[in-house]
Amino acid sequence: MIKTSTFRRGGVHPDDKKALSKDSPIEVLPLPGRLVVPMSQHLGAPAKLAKAKGDSVAKGEKIGLASSFVSADVHAPASGKIVDITTVRLANGATCEAAVIATDGDQEDPFVQRYEWKDLEPKAILDLIREGGIVGMGGATFPAHVKFSIPEGKKVESLVINGVECEPYLTSDYRSMLERTDGTLEGIAILQRLLSPRRTVIGIEANKLDAAAKLDGRAKELGIQVDVQPLKMKYPQGDEKQLLKATTGREVPSGKLPIDIGAVVCNIGTVYAIWEAVVFHKPLIERIVTVSGEAVGRPCNVLAPIGTSTRELLERAGGLSEDADKLVSGGPMMGFAFADEDVPVTKGTSGVLALKAEPLDEGVCVSCGKCVAHCPMGLMPNRMFRNIKNGRYQEALDLGLLDCKECGCCAFICPAHLPLVQGFRLGKKMGRRK
Amino acid sequence: MLRVSSSPHVHTSMDIRKSMLFVLIALLPSAIWGVYAFGLRALLVLVVSMASAVLVEFLLGRVDHKNTTGDLSALVTGLLVGMNMPPQIPIYIPVIASAFAIFVVKWTFGGLGCNWMNPALAGRVFVFFSFSSQMSAFSAPRALAADTLASATPLSAVKTAISGGMGGLDYEGVLSQLGYTTTGIAQSIGEALHISPYTVDAFLGNIGGCIGEVSALLLLAGGIFLIATRVITWHIPVVYLASFSLLSWVFGGLRASTGLFSGEVLMPLFTGGLMLGAFFMASDWVTTPTTVKGQVIFALGCGFFTFLIRYFGSLAEGVSLAIILMNILTPTIERYVKPKKFGYVKPAKEAKA
Repeated sequence: MIKTSTFRRGGVHPDDKKALSKDSPIEVLPLPGRLVVPMSQHLGAPAKLAKAKGDSVAKGEKIGLASSFVSADVHAPASGKIVDITTVRLANGATCEAAVIATDGDQEDPFVQRYEWKDLEPKAILDLIREGGIVGMGGATFPAHVKFSIPEGKKVESLVINGVECEPYLTSDYRSMLERTDGTLEGIAILQRLLSPRRTVIGIEANKLDAAAKLDGRAKELGIQVDVQPLKMKYPQGDEKQLLKATTGREVPSGKLPIDIGAVVCNIGTVYAIWEAVVFHKPLIERIVTVSGEAVGRPCNVLAPIGTSTRELLERAGGLSEDADKLVSGGPMMGFAFADEDVPVTKGTSGVLALKAEPLDEGVCVSCGKCVAHCPMGLMPNRMFRNIKNGRYQEALDLGLLDCKECGCCAFICPAHLPLVQGFRLGKKMGRRK
Repeated sequence: MLRVSSSPHVHTSMDIRKSMLFVLIALLPSAIWGVYAFGLRALLVLVVSMASAVLVEFLLGRVDHKNTTGDLSALVTGLLVGMNMPPQIPIYIPVIASAFAIFVVKWTFGGLGCNWMNPALAGRVFVFFSFSSQMSAFSAPRALAADTLASATPLSAVKTAISGGMGGLDYEGVLSQLGYTTTGIAQSIGEALHISPYTVDAFLGNIGGCIGEVSALLLLAGGIFLIATRVITWHIPVVYLASFSLLSWVFGGLRASTGLFSGEVLMPLFTGGLMLGAFFMASDWVTTPTTVKGQVIFALGCGFFTFLIRYFGSLAEGVSLAIILMNILTPTIERYVKPKKFGYVKPAKEAKA
């Protein structure tokens, strides 16, 4: 019996559905003829397009420049020619500028030479991460170089690597841990050099114990100091606040960041991207996408260039079935539903799910208290929702609306199927307007 | 056609209808036992209660141009009303109780989710005060029918006897003096476990009482089923039963002048609708606090008032009135009791200048 820990308050247990795609090895998608590369694939200011229509680009060449500190560079995922500059709608509904690249046949991989990093200063490592346009690949897409710029006077006690992947269906991090074990571990070593933490932990949920065992075994062989910590399955353990509670026992104070309790959290996929950026000077131009759900023929894990269209991914996964009801970018708990099959893969696309319809009828609140009991942030979703419904946004804010991270536990568990999360999004918007 | 909507895109299948179905399933063993113990007359009472509750809900739905009978909540209310009736009750009384529950208590406040008092309980209390003598006339269960008197439940018989001056005795003493008998099974189990056979009969359901309240064992099983299927949490029933037991043990002896820490625990726990109240009425979603802290306060209040009314009040309605009293306090508890937020830090006191 392995000792597992978890966070204490709230959380839900949705059916994890990982069996659909967990045994399907990462497959490399043949290079699409056309890639649509958005300039806004990260949290913060969009990158500024540095190329014009008609320009030729090489694989990995910078085509978008970070326009402020909280922003990230964008690179060409393949060599070819920019045939159009257009406006594209992303899965989250926002629109941004995008470069359309017609790829050519001449695809030599320029990122094969290994560079030594063990003697690099932290500053030089940080520069390589920024040059690589690395962002958090778990879904939040926060620029990595900003996260790792530790403010003066703060020290990193714990580096926590997030291998939780608590969203149902998603298996991209799981496959990455299994198939890219060494690169991931060397990436962790790079982060240790960059941040000099006192302790490094990898948090992995109990449905991925084989990945945990593999990482643990290889870490010992490679001499990398890291504790692999198995965690009880519970959503939203992959959220950094819950993960820190589960692995370090400490709570990030309301409105503060992990670094305020001396911790930095980094997603497993991001670690691998950092390894590629530092060791091969390879920017973030591709990622693993889980294409799954009951409405695709053959769920799988695909290594796809940034800019690949959803249509191409779905075709790879055996096509969309007739009774498909929703397309979701990300996991089903927090991901965005979208209807346009032209939506491109971005740095944060952890999965594309095709779901069948759920029989749902919306009822009325019966004050069962389940949303309160299951809220991992200790809020009262029932009362916040009632206030928002009645236009009392300030009261909702006073109840802690801004602490809500829209994890969806309340709406998942609600026996009346109330659109609680939707209400909170509206409430935040309206509350801010005042 | 692909749909676009806000996350989450997966939901629990445990909706209101399914939860109500589970409540019905949990109540069924005790209801069936009631029919077995008191005969087909009891079945008639149950059926009439449920039918009238659903019919009233359906007719009121016509007014609002919607049909809400499908959520099964009216059926649950009807069954609870029926289970709270004495078996020989004139049949118009459960009809009135169900109609009052659905029409006055539930519908006038806006239907499911808006009532502030448990409808079934309110229905029962309404007819109790309107038809006190019919509501207090009980018959003996099948197992004892041949040779026992049955005008009152053991609980109220003991209460009357003690307030009539029969002090210094425990339940067993009072009941045997009054001529109550026990079943053979209860006698042998009681002997083996060294507990009163009256207690064993109360636990098994061989006592007089309302149709659905007599078998503590089956109600307990139903309650555990509801907790296991997560329809309710353990907080309210457990805290309610525990606080009531504690008070009965510490202060219960005062009534019979046997002193502190001498009160009986098991007999009061198994009788008088406490199990039915604790698992199926005090744990009602709508009329109880939503926070765990609030639920604990609510349950402590239920335990306290049940004890107070049972031991020192003049009426037999301990459980119903205690729960209704706490239903009234629920909005106040909700206003002031909030969960501790994740990452909550006490605001630093302003430094003195």
